[in-house]
Amino acid sequence: METAAEIVIALLLVVSGVFGLVGSYGLIKLSDPMMRLHAPTKATTLGVGGVLIASMLYFLVFGGAPSFHELMITLFLFLTAPVSAHFVAKAFLHRNIRREEVVPARHGSVWAGYSPAEDAPATGEADDRVE
Amino acid sequence: MMLRRLFPHPLLTIVLAIVWVMLVNTLTINAVVFGLGVGLVIPLITAPYWPGRPRLRHPVRIAEYILIVLWDIVVANVQVAGIVLFKRNADIRPAFISIPLELRTPEAITVLAGTITMTPGTVSSDVARDGRSLLVHCLDAPDPDAVTRQIKARYERRLKEIFE
Repeated sequence: METAAEIVIALLLVVSGVFGLVGSYGLIKLSDPMMRLHAPTKATTLGVGGVLIASMLYFLVFGGAPSFHELMITLFLFLTAPVSAHFVAKAFLHRNIRREEVVPARHGSVWAGYSPAEDAPATGEADDRVE
Repeated sequence: MMLRRLFPHPLLTIVLAIVWVMLVNTLTINAVVFGLGVGLVIPLITAPYWPGRPRLRHPVRIAEYILIVLWDIVVANVQVAGIVLFKRNADIRPAFISIPLELRTPEAITVLAGTITMTPGTVSSDVARDGRSLLVHCLDAPDPDAVTRQIKARYERRLKEIFE
């Protein structure tokens, strides 16, 4: 039983290590920032997930008591990863791609990141564009 | 009415209690009672700051949705790893697509955007000012319409049942 658990835990660690490596390699290999954003948001999720499952298994079999911290890490990761990816994407769009180059929003609306400066309240948004 | 004032947000109370027990990391009666206490006090204190209370329906549907998304994340990881490792940069076809939204509540759109970011080769990049379309970047999309159809059929339809 314990040997079987050890094998499963080792397998999980190796698999997640490989996914972590692929995610990091993607950062170097892919050519533009938007594509590079895909590597850490995905390949790494499974990498972290595998380590967390391995950790839960380890504490269940060898630690004597189930551990819940890993579920919390998963929860916080799922809350923060999309938000930070969204911020990076928005900042990239705002600074590097002109409004006319992006596919238009439906119903004649504009993307929030490109709100026209004149009808937006003075929040310093116009200052951000100066560079 | 009294119950409503004591538990302004029953779902938040339960979530906070569970989170507390998990943070303490031991399933004892002490932790559960203190967690419920935390879950009772925090909603009462923070009630004035909530923009609104989303109504959630169909708990079974929520469980189904979570399982589908978890499965898709595993698939997404393998697919993205395959693209990163085996496709030459010149062969990858990245694209921005504009997805029309049928969802109206901000909470549902947030969950959809988060789901899109975590699943196969897509990152949600921006939302329209009127909240009726979502800008999504695809890592490798030879057929952008197929991606739109898949997102609408697989995630948006389910979220509509849960939130609206």
